[in-house]
Amino acid sequence: MHVPDGFLDAPTSLATGVVAAAAVAVSLRAARRELDDRTAPMAGLVATFVFAAQMINFPVGAGTSGHLMGGALAAVLVGPWTAVLCLSVVLVVQALLMADGGITAIGTNISLIGIVTVAVGWGVFVLLRKVLPARLSIVAPAAAAGALLSVPVAALVFTGLFAIGGNAPVDLTALTATMLGWHTVIGIGEAAVTGLVVASVVAARPDLVHGARPLLAERVLETRAAVAS
Amino acid sequence: MGAGHGHRLHFHGHSPVHRAPAHLKVLALLGFMLIVVATPREAYAVFALWAVVLLGVIALSRVPLTYLLPRMVVEVPFAIFAVLMPFISHGPRTEVLGVSVSEPGLVAGIALLVKGSIGVLASLTLAATTEPQDLLRGLQRLRMPDLVVQIMGFMIRYLDVVTAELGRMMTALRSRGCDPRSPRHWPVLARSLGALFIRSYERGERVHLAMLSRGYDGSLPQAGKAR
Repeated sequence: MHVPDGFLDAPTSLATGVVAAAAVAVSLRAARRELDDRTAPMAGLVATFVFAAQMINFPVGAGTSGHLMGGALAAVLVGPWTAVLCLSVVLVVQALLMADGGITAIGTNISLIGIVTVAVGWGVFVLLRKVLPARLSIVAPAAAAGALLSVPVAALVFTGLFAIGGNAPVDLTALTATMLGWHTVIGIGEAAVTGLVVASVVAARPDLVHGARPLLAERVLETRAAVAS
Repeated sequence: MGAGHGHRLHFHGHSPVHRAPAHLKVLALLGFMLIVVATPREAYAVFALWAVVLLGVIALSRVPLTYLLPRMVVEVPFAIFAVLMPFISHGPRTEVLGVSVSEPGLVAGIALLVKGSIGVLASLTLAATTEPQDLLRGLQRLRMPDLVVQIMGFMIRYLDVVTAELGRMMTALRSRGCDPRSPRHWPVLARSLGALFIRSYERGERVHLAMLSRGYDGSLPQAGKAR
């Protein structure tokens, strides 16, 4: 999934690097609001969780498998700013210690997997949370919808980058169609896993799910009269 | 994960490449790869030169190629794309081994494969010769924000703990007849991932409290000093 060295030309890689650095700088300030002084250990452990979740592959068809990107999942679970930080750290560690994703493509990978999937996943999630009735049961489907859209949009942004700084004369409409088709299938897998994971966390510890906090605040304690027998 | 264990890709050694400061290695890798990426795609002699430079560094590091080459499999998905390139590109056609392929596509595919392979091999060399703790200190010297370095440090420190926890969960699932790859068992798999998230989050809270009780004030005391 990770873009290697040489896929996009140097100017495009540098430009995405600047975008990524700016986004991480903004996230650093905002994540302190989400996690206060717990940021370092909490984001570190959540990053480890995202890394572990990415190790699980699911079949996409035709013998290939995709793996979870986790942008929408992390955004709903710990909030968008912390999610951008966690995914960026995961991508840097993967590039420097695991040779997964090129070092010149770190900016591109952070922009695509860190920023675009988190922004789209969280945006769709917040929109649905506003529209749908304020119940805890809508958190998981809304997260799944965010995940479903986040993957094809990331693929689309990648195609856009490829159109600007791609190193190959590929027919762009065909590439766009292939990328969209393929990543819609991956998006369905991502949506299913994201929805199910969020549902299980909401069932066990709804207070941990960042995206569910406004709904929890609206819940009132009900005291029901015991049935006399 | 105790000190000195290194990580999966690390190859223990005492060569000049191992001993070189991590921030210089990261800068060298970044600069080298920027030059490689910016090299015109048909300058094969220049690519050969870059490959010789890289192989020279690997020889200096005394990390055997038999150790690095099998680990290049991470590149496979994009290698497939590079191999497909001559068939899906447009432009004038040419014959290779009796198959009609696009000429600019062939050039682009080869360049992609060469640049990608040099990149993966160079990154593997950095990973094989650098301890995670040295890398963190190197990134700190490169003025990476302190908070990012701290987050990365916690991620590296707990990587094996959390992945081992996931491994134990997977073993438990499999021993009860679950096939984690089958979509039929996704609900079970997702519940395990949910449990893993809760455990990781709560571990983070415990780590934070333990740090507070030892006087954590937002910066790690040992981060700036030598080991």
